Amino acid sequence: MDPELIDDCVHCGFCLPTCPTYVLWGEEMDSPRGRIHLMKQHVEGTPVTPEMAGHFDACLGCMACVTACPSGVKYDRLIEQTRAEVERAHERDPRERAVRGLVFGLFPYPRRLRLLRPGMWLAERLAPFLERAHPSLGAMAGLAPRVERRQRMPRLVRARGERRAVVGMLTGCVQGEFFPQVNAATARVLALEGCDVLIPAGQGCCGALSVHAGRADQARRLARRTVRTFRKAGVDTVVVNAAGCGSSMKEYAELLGAEPGFRVMDLSEFLVELGPVAERHPLPFAVAYHDACHLAHAQGIRAQPRELLRGIPGLELREVPEAAICCGSAGTYNIFQPEAARDLGDRKAKAVGSTGAELLVSANPGCTMQIAAAMRRGGATIRVAHTAEVLDASLRGVSL
Amino acid sequence: MHAGDAPPATAALDPLTAALRSSLPADSVITDPVRLRTYECDGLTYHRATPGVVVLPETAEQVARVVRLCNEFAVPFVARGSGTGLSGGALPREDGVLIVTSKMRRVLEIDLPNHRAVVEPGVTNLAITEAVREQGYYYAPDPSSQQICSIGGNVAENSGGAHCLKYGFTVNHVEACEIVTPDGDLVTLDRMDPGYDLLGAFVGSEGTLGIATRITVRLSRAPESVTTVLAAFESIEQGGTAVSAIIAAGIVPAAIEMMDALSIEAAEAAVACSYPEGAGAVLIVELDGPAAEVARQFDRLKEICSGAFELRVAADPAERAAIWKGRKSAFAAVGRISPAYIVQDGVVPRTALPEVLAAIDRLSAEHRIRVANVFHAGDGNLHPLVLFDDGEPGAGERAEVVSGAILDLCVEHGGSITGEHGVGVDKVRYMPRMFSEADLDTMQLVRCAFDPRGLSNPGKVFPTPRLCGEVPGVRKGAHPLVESGKAEQF
Repeated sequence: MDPELIDDCVHCGFCLPTCPTYVLWGEEMDSPRGRIHLMKQHVEGTPVTPEMAGHFDACLGCMACVTACPSGVKYDRLIEQTRAEVERAHERDPRERAVRGLVFGLFPYPRRLRLLRPGMWLAERLAPFLERAHPSLGAMAGLAPRVERRQRMPRLVRARGERRAVVGMLTGCVQGEFFPQVNAATARVLALEGCDVLIPAGQGCCGALSVHAGRADQARRLARRTVRTFRKAGVDTVVVNAAGCGSSMKEYAELLGAEPGFRVMDLSEFLVELGPVAERHPLPFAVAYHDACHLAHAQGIRAQPRELLRGIPGLELREVPEAAICCGSAGTYNIFQPEAARDLGDRKAKAVGSTGAELLVSANPGCTMQIAAAMRRGGATIRVAHTAEVLDASLRGVSL
Repeated sequence: MHAGDAPPATAALDPLTAALRSSLPADSVITDPVRLRTYECDGLTYHRATPGVVVLPETAEQVARVVRLCNEFAVPFVARGSGTGLSGGALPREDGVLIVTSKMRRVLEIDLPNHRAVVEPGVTNLAITEAVREQGYYYAPDPSSQQICSIGGNVAENSGGAHCLKYGFTVNHVEACEIVTPDGDLVTLDRMDPGYDLLGAFVGSEGTLGIATRITVRLSRAPESVTTVLAAFESIEQGGTAVSAIIAAGIVPAAIEMMDALSIEAAEAAVACSYPEGAGAVLIVELDGPAAEVARQFDRLKEICSGAFELRVAADPAERAAIWKGRKSAFAAVGRISPAYIVQDGVVPRTALPEVLAAIDRLSAEHRIRVANVFHAGDGNLHPLVLFDDGEPGAGERAEVVSGAILDLCVEHGGSITGEHGVGVDKVRYMPRMFSEADLDTMQLVRCAFDPRGLSNPGKVFPTPRLCGEVPGVRKGAHPLVESGKAEQF
């Protein structure tokens, strides 16, 4: 942990109201300011106690505090360093170790995830039993989405009409296996807007889940592989449709100590920069747009997705109250911290419900699963879609 | 304290801790040393003390129970809201209990017809406004930390903010307070109570007269029209002249804020507020009220600010927020241009502004310490930010000297050692510069009337923590006011 980064904090407290755990519990040690204080204690010689590790683990890594901080504290960097330190210095209890091992041995690997697909319909029924074995297993089962038919992605999707750009596309791990329809929509939208889309085979996880959990070695291994894949494809722009992946990939240079050799852009960021050419067909929907933390806070992308949605005739965009507060999904957070995640999910579901929208749009599969599950718990239903799916429907003139 | 040092003397608190645990929910009593240390300071990090015990009550009744137990065991207690204070008013006691109100954050009642809201002390200042904004109301006092500072803390410090020029401080917007007295009784002080204005005494008492557990605030109607102007001047003097001219013209803007070049640089680095380039000073003037009145005042303001090289008017709420963002983040933003700094708070008569600013410049040059100036220019409330490098030997001490000398300047010019941040622990030593011993003794009598055992936030506000047992006796000789011929005694 870098003491200079710690010293940047002037203890003003402006981060507190944006921190999801402070919002839930109102306790100093579960706020960014308090966690930085704990980091300082550790740097000054206090060993990582189980209490301390617990407060770091309780951080969602949503980066809302980074947006709020007037002093420019790099909390994102700090918490990453801290998580790695916790993994090194803190001995977790065996049950927790086993569950973490399972999650990190599963999610970043599309082929292993694929093996789960046939059994996913069972998840809901198994949830209560798994819950008894370990709350994290129960949470995982409770979140499992109904998966759509697998779609094999072609290596190349040609631009429709005049070719305006050539881009690479990340298929990701969870996105690719559990939400294949989002990847298909992304490729179609890019092609309809005049892009040749290269989708290299043999892609895996970009490393984001591991980076955010302090598993630096695994993260670097996965990142290097991703870099190799896209360099071989020879693209200079890689378009990413999952917020968490995009934010991590934008930091490859820091993780690997070398520039990856291509620029990483979120789908919405890329489309707005490119400018629309394809015709938009009307979609008469009231839509609530949810800011994924890794898009809004980590990448500063708030305006672009809204601009794209507003560009669809007939679509009415509604703002969600407390938009800056995380929904509790936060990568693997809803698996490891199921209780806090549930409370945050319920809070977000209420906020989304208050808009009266019929469709919830977000750019991160984790958020979508989390909010949809929370709304189901509360007895409400809302249809969910990725920004790419909404655009795809509008561009093709089909219903959602 | 560093790791390896002896832990604070909590053993003496063991009996009280046991009693607290048996009368409060399990997770609301904190004794783990690592957790306790995260409460060692508020927004002023210069003073630190690890609390003996932290309690996080959720109801007024629980606060009262804690205070009664503190009395039973003769242990001092300190109340803390969000921990954003800038005078160390919530500095904990190592031998005491820190009562944190951050879990008491329910808006209990909104009574729009009577312009009132009843809230718990941990509710943030801005949350009150947010609860009534859609209905066209707001809570007027607006400290720069309004998104996080708690209303309980605002009451304790009588907090101000940019808009207090026209609308007054917290004390003008609190209708009633339910408080836990220093001996643990729950009582309500109401503005409407006949007799002594005890509510007036309580607001701004910095936790020495008890803990507010339920606050009835006054809500204000959002003004029909708001015009926010950013005027850029080449020098601070030109800005100061404009301020005086605005007031002299009989205009009472909602706010007149001034920032100098150094604080603009900091704000620019922090929030990219895009203030006009090359400005020696910017004025933020906000006019509000009925549309016709605001339009007339704005015309007059344009004439007065003719010396400004750029005049920017916010076209919509987003642009208004952008103008304010630079000002409201200024304190913390200074962290971008200096490793360490002291946020000072003093008041001078508006007319003395140019003279005092020039004197601050001289102090800054003499001690080789940079001073950035941000202030509520309309009411002469200065916030000099004294910048130093805490890695440089001796720099902290020099900054401390400059910071103290600035307060001397304020007193010399007939002002005050604090405008809105309070005395806390930080300015205790400056109190005798402003008040005679007789003044301080008189204030002490008020304190003793509420807190005879001296358990409620001891060590704050007053220089000599005199026990109430040692109530100042009959004065020997004449009262200083009589002696100086300013008063007569019959």
